[in-house]
Amino acid sequence: MTATDPNMRLLIIEDDRESADYLAKAFREVGYVAELAGDGEEGLSLAQSGDYDVLVVDRMLPKRDGLSLIGALREKGNRTPVLILSALGQVDDRIKGLRAGGDDYLPKPYSFAELLARVEVLSRRHGGPAEETTYRVGDLELDRLSHRVARGKDELTLQPREFRLLEYLMKHAGQVVTRTMLLENVWDYHFDPQTNVIDVHISRLRSKIDKGFERPLLHTIRGAGYMIRDGIR
Amino acid sequence: MTAFGKLIRTTAFRLTLVYLFLFALFAASLLGYFAWNTRRMITEQIATTVNAETGELSDIFGRRGLRGLVFNIENRALRPGANLYLVTTPTGLAIAGNVGSLGPGVMATTGWSETAYRRLDEQDSADHRALVRVSELPSGFRLLIGRDLEERRRLFGIVAKAAQWSVLIVVVLGLGGGIFVARRVLRRIDAMTGTTQRIMAGDLSGRLPVGRSGDELDRLAGNLNAMLERIEALMVGLKEVSDNIAHDLKTPLTRLRNRAEEALARSGSEAEYRSALERTIEESDGLIRTFNALLMIARAESGQARGNMDDFDAADVANGIHELYEPLAEDNGVTLHVKASSTPLHGNRELISQALANLVENAIKYGRPAPAAQPLSAGAVAGNGAKEILIEARRDGDQVLLSVTDHGQGIPEADRKHAVERFVRLEASRTQPGSGLGLSLASAVATLHGGELRLGDAHPGLTATLAIPAQPRAGDRLAAQTLDVSQKVA
Repeated sequence: MTATDPNMRLLIIEDDRESADYLAKAFREVGYVAELAGDGEEGLSLAQSGDYDVLVVDRMLPKRDGLSLIGALREKGNRTPVLILSALGQVDDRIKGLRAGGDDYLPKPYSFAELLARVEVLSRRHGGPAEETTYRVGDLELDRLSHRVARGKDELTLQPREFRLLEYLMKHAGQVVTRTMLLENVWDYHFDPQTNVIDVHISRLRSKIDKGFERPLLHTIRGAGYMIRDGIR
Repeated sequence: MTAFGKLIRTTAFRLTLVYLFLFALFAASLLGYFAWNTRRMITEQIATTVNAETGELSDIFGRRGLRGLVFNIENRALRPGANLYLVTTPTGLAIAGNVGSLGPGVMATTGWSETAYRRLDEQDSADHRALVRVSELPSGFRLLIGRDLEERRRLFGIVAKAAQWSVLIVVVLGLGGGIFVARRVLRRIDAMTGTTQRIMAGDLSGRLPVGRSGDELDRLAGNLNAMLERIEALMVGLKEVSDNIAHDLKTPLTRLRNRAEEALARSGSEAEYRSALERTIEESDGLIRTFNALLMIARAESGQARGNMDDFDAADVANGIHELYEPLAEDNGVTLHVKASSTPLHGNRELISQALANLVENAIKYGRPAPAAQPLSAGAVAGNGAKEILIEARRDGDQVLLSVTDHGQGIPEADRKHAVERFVRLEASRTQPGSGLGLSLASAVATLHGGELRLGDAHPGLTATLAIPAQPRAGDRLAAQTLDVSQKVA
């Protein structure tokens, strides 16, 4: 689906054998090195000894629950990004999870595309370059300080929210960004709208940055979300 | 248990017994004190009389000798109701007075004593008792003066009898009253027990009898009735919901299953399999959304979401939702307006945003003007007004109002209450996608904050308003629902 850094190492701590196997298989197919742990204690010792780029942690685990595992890791100074999977999908559960030291929270049931997109963003954040003041994708340029956006020689006028949307997309250029990720990060809402609100915002943005240009930059990834990237890499 | 056994076990009856005992004790001790005091007074009076007479007679003996004394005593003894007198010689021989016989050894010691006696002139054999004083006269004579104690005994007897009667009356009246009160209470409790048993047996429509006196039992019955009312409403709601869940979740599940089965049965191309699988995923996503909405409603209704309350500006919520939905509305040919004045609010921002989002989504979906008939009734509005939706945030008294007004067909007054219920999709909306949970969630969120969701007429169209108290006090939800005693969630 997407091009992935072949050296990406992932630890999945999940007690349900079937979903763990499914996840491991799916991640390996897109090029990850995925390892499994079946309970909280095993997960903790593996996470401490191994060098992982991202941990995927189920919230409810035998022997040691997910949140306490993350707490123990963080206490020892381990800063590996953690994505929490949980059957508890409400806002307050999410806040609890993030407060415990998690970096992202995904309620079950989830789609693999959503999980993959979030894991990619997390791992990039972990080892990636420091925050830049200017993002560039192809001939599209966004200046985060002066809030100026230009494509080639054309200066583009964006609404504040469109600017933030583009900023988020460009920050994760080359990565799939899902609709829920956009709603969470650009609008700070954690509910699930019944309609395609995000799509409409994207199409507005697209009409501003891509319309009239030969090569489109903002792509729709079917069944997953959106990605901004220069057609040829 | 026999009726009597039940009766004497009632609290009222037991209390009666305790009071009865206390009152009897009180009456008895009061009368006892009275009797004892009376007796003391009479004794004192006798002593005073006797002492005075002893003095007088000693004086007479001193001045006029034995003859004078005897003469005087005989005189005194003849008076009606006379005291007792006796004079004896040093050898113990009686020489004057009205005493026939005395208890043995009375004359031997001087001073006060109580003794049986008989008068000289009395023929009956009955013994009387008297209080007497024996004093020594010069040259060995002894003088006894005393008074009959009959009077004292009679008085004491009267008091004792009064005591007996009064205790008896207290006991009889008290027992009677106790039984009366206990039976009255018991009858009412029995009625309540009967009703509760009927209710436990499954008849939730039963209600406890409430009297007109407004006493503690009536208040208890009233409160229990209110609780039953709420439980019944919840049960009915639960049943409706489970019916609706059965329908609304089973239908897509069946579709899902059919599609998978069909794809399996038909050996189609890879593209066909793909599209079948994609539709399957779409369908299950819809199911998950419905499920999430149901869970959210359940949590809001049970008050569990109360943890994440903070202070924010209602205008920010209105503007945020406007900003989020404005492009979508425009795509649907509707103009979304916002009119928000800064209004501080305490609550769960996320939930209130979602509730408002649901109202806006509804307005966009259903807020189109009716196909025909409309222009006649609302000539001016129907032109452009029909395609406008207004989000408003303002303060009204101590309430914060967040409202969404469209100019579509609205909801007929009779349907409004119904529209808020879970899974209800009114006739007009059957063809539109959606779970039918939007208004229920908005309503549950309003209730969680101690407010309500109001549906009103926008002539034409619908105004849906979240009315939320600006500063909900602790337990506001309890007050709003009177009897949500079941859960005080930690």
